[in-house]
Amino acid sequence: MKQRIPIAISFITGIIIIVAFYFPNGPLGDIEQRTLVWFAVVAGISMVVGVESLLRVNLMKVARRRPGWGFSLILLASCILTLVTATIGQIKYGSPFHVDSPFMYVFSYMVVPLQATMFAVLAFFIASAAYRAFRARNLAATLLLLSAVLVMLGRVPIGETIWKGFPQISDWIMNVPQIGAKRGIMIGAYLGAAATSIRIILGIERSYIS
Amino acid sequence: MAANLANTIGVWMAVFFTLAILSFLYKDNPFYKLAEYVYVGLSAGYWLIYVMFFDVKPMIVDKFLQEQGFERYIIIFPAFLGALMLCRMIPRIAYVSRVAIAFTMGISAGLGVTGAIHGMILPQVKATMLPLNDINNVIMLVGVISTVVYFYFSREHKGAFGVAAKVGIIFVMISFGAAFGYTVMARISLLIGRAYFLFHDWLGII
Repeated sequence: MKQRIPIAISFITGIIIIVAFYFPNGPLGDIEQRTLVWFAVVAGISMVVGVESLLRVNLMKVARRRPGWGFSLILLASCILTLVTATIGQIKYGSPFHVDSPFMYVFSYMVVPLQATMFAVLAFFIASAAYRAFRARNLAATLLLLSAVLVMLGRVPIGETIWKGFPQISDWIMNVPQIGAKRGIMIGAYLGAAATSIRIILGIERSYIS
Repeated sequence: MAANLANTIGVWMAVFFTLAILSFLYKDNPFYKLAEYVYVGLSAGYWLIYVMFFDVKPMIVDKFLQEQGFERYIIIFPAFLGALMLCRMIPRIAYVSRVAIAFTMGISAGLGVTGAIHGMILPQVKATMLPLNDINNVIMLVGVISTVVYFYFSREHKGAFGVAAKVGIIFVMISFGAAFGYTVMARISLLIGRAYFLFHDWLGII
């Protein structure tokens, strides 16, 4: 029963969405619009479950004084800081996202620099990974190397200064062979997505209720 | 005055976190770990507030206050599903959340069928159906077909099929190389942004 009811719900909602696609103006079309809004709401609320799980794991770590508990305490304090500043912003300015809200202060001076630097650091790791992967040992690696170098040279001012043809080559790579392969990958990926979706609707794929 | 002080403190905090993350380039250290945990905590809190404010509040609370009659009370249903989802936090009744999960999975699967076929596969196939009077169109068509062949693993890559798969890997490598080049440039531009922040906003030397 604990499995059958969820499978039946998945089947019914999945079929409604598919059938509604063919009858967009009838009552099913209305149901489709409603279910999409409900989906957004449930997906949004599920964020609470994710954050609760993160906080619980770190709270346990602090409570049991496991190695690195001090960092977990900092994580908890940081999360609480956003919730407190958001509440202050809501009370004082009517919205946590008001430009003068302390929540936006935390976002601008803490979240933005942390996120930007975290991704910027990846540039160094990408470069070191490239050194290992891009050595022209065979045709595939050579093509990878050539394509990456030509695209980069074509998109920076120094490339055009070295040779005026680099931007055209870069554009050609991006618009012809790159699009061709990308399209092939996308067709394959979405065929897989459609097949998996059908398996979920028919109740063959049940891992989400285990 | 207070705004200036807050701004100065904010810049110094941003500098500290920027340098703490960059310190990882030397090796893993407590400053990096601190910044990492702060980032995870802040991000979790930020996105929770964002989703609540721009998703749940307008679709549940505001709508409930604005609407009348049937339209008002039907909103209780997604709120009820949301409440079922929250049951996952209580181990004894966690199984109840399967109803809400099944609901979202059903909608995702329905959209997965119609959205994938109508929204992605057919437009991509249509865009590939080009007149073969241009060498670029020929290359693109060969690229699409050979890439699809390369990712078809239900048949052994031998004979003509194997040749097509080998052509496919050439296109895949060119595509991955181009994507790599783009990613590197995006990351480098972020790095330049952080360097500009340090040298301009903080030190004021450029």
